[in-house]
Amino acid sequence: MGFFDFLKGRKEKEALVQGLERTKEGFFSKIVRLVTGKTRIDDELLEELEEILLSADVGVATTIRIMKGLQSEIDRRKDLKPSDLQGLLRDRMLELLGEPELKNSHLDQTSSSTPRVVLVVGVNGVGKTTSIGKLAWRFKQAGQQVVMGAADTFRAAAVEQLLLWGERTGVRVVHQQSGSDPASVAFDTLRSAIASSAQVVLIDTAGRLHNKGHLMAELTKIRTVLNKAMPGAPHEVWLVLDASTGQNALEQARQFTAATSVTGLILTKLDGTAKGGVALGICSEFGIPIRFVGVGEGMEHLQVFDKEAFVEALLGGQASSGHANQA
Amino acid sequence: MFEKLSDRLDQAIRTLKGQGRITENNVSETMKEIRRALLDADVGFKIAKEFTEEVKTKALGQDVIKSVSPGQLLIKIMNEELTRLMGKEASPLALKPNGTSVVLMSGLQGSGKTTFTGKLALLLKSQGKKVLMVACDVYRPAAVDQLKILGEQIGVPVYAEPDQKNPVLIATQAVKQAKTEGYSVVLVDTAGRLAVDEAMMNEISEIHASIQPDQTLFVVDAMTGQDAVNTAAAFNQRLNFDGVVLTKMDGDARGGAALTISYTVGKPIKYVSTGEKLQALDVFHPDRMANRILGMGDVVSLVEKAQQQINAEEAARLQKKISKNQFDLQDFYEQIQQIKKMGNMKDLLGMIPGVGKAIKDMDFSDEMFKQTEAIIQSMTPLERREPEILNGSRRERIARGSGTKVQEINQLLKQFGEMKQMMRKMNGGMPGGAMGQAMGRMRSPFGRS
Ligand SMILES: Nc1nc2c(ncn2[C@@H]2O[C@H](COP(=O)(O)OP(=O)(O)O)[C@@H](O)[C@H]2O)c(=O)[nH]1
Ligand SMILES: [Mg+2]
Repeated sequence: MGFFDFLKGRKEKEALVQGLERTKEGFFSKIVRLVTGKTRIDDELLEELEEILLSADVGVATTIRIMKGLQSEIDRRKDLKPSDLQGLLRDRMLELLGEPELKNSHLDQTSSSTPRVVLVVGVNGVGKTTSIGKLAWRFKQAGQQVVMGAADTFRAAAVEQLLLWGERTGVRVVHQQSGSDPASVAFDTLRSAIASSAQVVLIDTAGRLHNKGHLMAELTKIRTVLNKAMPGAPHEVWLVLDASTGQNALEQARQFTAATSVTGLILTKLDGTAKGGVALGICSEFGIPIRFVGVGEGMEHLQVFDKEAFVEALLGGQASSGHANQA
Repeated sequence: MFEKLSDRLDQAIRTLKGQGRITENNVSETMKEIRRALLDADVGFKIAKEFTEEVKTKALGQDVIKSVSPGQLLIKIMNEELTRLMGKEASPLALKPNGTSVVLMSGLQGSGKTTFTGKLALLLKSQGKKVLMVACDVYRPAAVDQLKILGEQIGVPVYAEPDQKNPVLIATQAVKQAKTEGYSVVLVDTAGRLAVDEAMMNEISEIHASIQPDQTLFVVDAMTGQDAVNTAAAFNQRLNFDGVVLTKMDGDARGGAALTISYTVGKPIKYVSTGEKLQALDVFHPDRMANRILGMGDVVSLVEKAQQQINAEEAARLQKKISKNQFDLQDFYEQIQQIKKMGNMKDLLGMIPGVGKAIKDMDFSDEMFKQTEAIIQSMTPLERREPEILNGSRRERIARGSGTKVQEINQLLKQFGEMKQMMRKMNGGMPGGAMGQAMGRMRSPFGRS
């Protein structure tokens, strides 16, 4: 069995949908409400679609891009009805999210070299440690032997937090004292994983704001050190983004990609009302796929990313603006 | 992405040039730009729309004075309007003059409540208050430990009940105990929760009802996007909170959530949290926030921050030395210590618009000073004052003492000379700025990575 096979196979649409859709309304209700009763596509309707996107954090640039595509389709096909818009919009958005295996993905399904090393990075409080705990559980469920590395040696009790996740999931955690060199923890973790012939290594890192050069340089160092312990490592660098973050997530993606060549995204806290629309722009601009979404705080609350479900939830939920509700 | 709004407005306003007055016709394109800028800054969709309308109404019919461009005039109007909206009278914290005051923290997961609790405790402690922190996050693994460690670091006790799983009871008991033990302030940290999580929202309502806090604070991440409006409204509806704390303001998010929240719930922003160090807590300045949302940087904060650290007298003394060309290696060494105290130089410089990108690839970490410090430390006082006397044998001795190579010393001295020149030229600039720029030039002797 390939290392990442299970990532591709399972569709957990149900659960994702459930997690994504905590609002009282059902799927698409908003768009459906918008288009019912309308006989033609007018500016007002298009504006309301635009509002749905902007209120979901898709951002101005990406929204304009989507709407332009939509507009040219409308110009081309005179017979389009308002009810067709929903599908068209969805297609545009799916396009932006790209294919599951995008150019930056270093997933090497054929390679048998183990352990496979995943470095998890992101700004403070987005859910890195929690996601690692969930991932560890997931990999373990899939029959893999997992080791976690507590390379957040900075935040108070970060090591303890990961240790508790280790207990909860029954996965070993390699750690040193708080305050020690994170690169050295990463190195130790990988060495120890190799020695115990583990198959997956998950390295937790301290949260860092992407505009702090010295902290970003530290990540580069961790990368280098991992590569020393095992040529080719880390095989994956996953950037964790909080769905409630607005346009700044683009800058996060830009800086983290520059410092560590991010290969995948984890979008957390999709169980709230935030839609995480900024991911559309990130996926298309940087060619990085979303791997997983976080939909809660329990170890089972991590889902393989399903772009259809994501887009549906993004379009279907209630927009933050009240005024569209009158329709 | 974050091009300056004023540039964009000037572009849009080009069509306006030559017209002496802002009118409905010539202003619409500009308004689009404004709305876009607000949305880019994560101001709530609906609010951006309404705000733009307001600005338009205010701007219409205004005469464009010769000395300011229409763009500048618009920005001025916007700035005033934003400042007004966010400038609800912000008393830092309304605490009881006597007896025990209770402060309750609330907010989403990962918004920074625990760190803020530590910072606020430190601040209150430094004002002479007897502070107790209460660990009510029984859900997130090691959240209690996190608060305990912060408590140890700042010397503030933490109330926790390891075997109690009900935060309502913990909070109630803690407040009761704090009252009998004569604490002046109790800070109650709570678990992060989603506004749509009924059970958790009920729980915090219960905590609120049972401890009756004097102040309830809503802690929110400055990077928050469109969801700010939902979340703030939901928490406010439950808790009728007294104020907002904006965290992670040391990032480069434009922070439109601040406007969204002020606009939506009409509550003042009481504090901004600006770094991971526990001292990094500021009061909120609506005018600066307005600038930041408009993409004009937080220059004032930067200057103040630099000023806080470099005291005026010292600055004046240095200024004099620089202008007389007497700035020596000892002064340089002391400056390095100052800069290290200021926190990360790069973070500070990064707050200046346009500078962030320019210094992105420079290494400004403490590390970079180490070699330089070692070299200077190996010099005698005389050598530090008069580097000219450093002949070959002295340089060799210093190299041995500092574990460096003679070339590295040569390089340091050469660049120090250049830096001195540059500082003289820039004499009169901002203390941190002149130094920072001069240091930027000097990065080769330090920069190893
Ligand atoms: N509701 C929800 N909370 C999450 C999710 N992921 C993480 N969290 C919470 O967010 C907070 C910060 O998470 P943590 O893993 O410590 O963040 P880190 O600083 O990036 O390591 C914790 O309270 C987590 O329980 C998620 O998908 N949904
Ligand atoms: Mg963590």
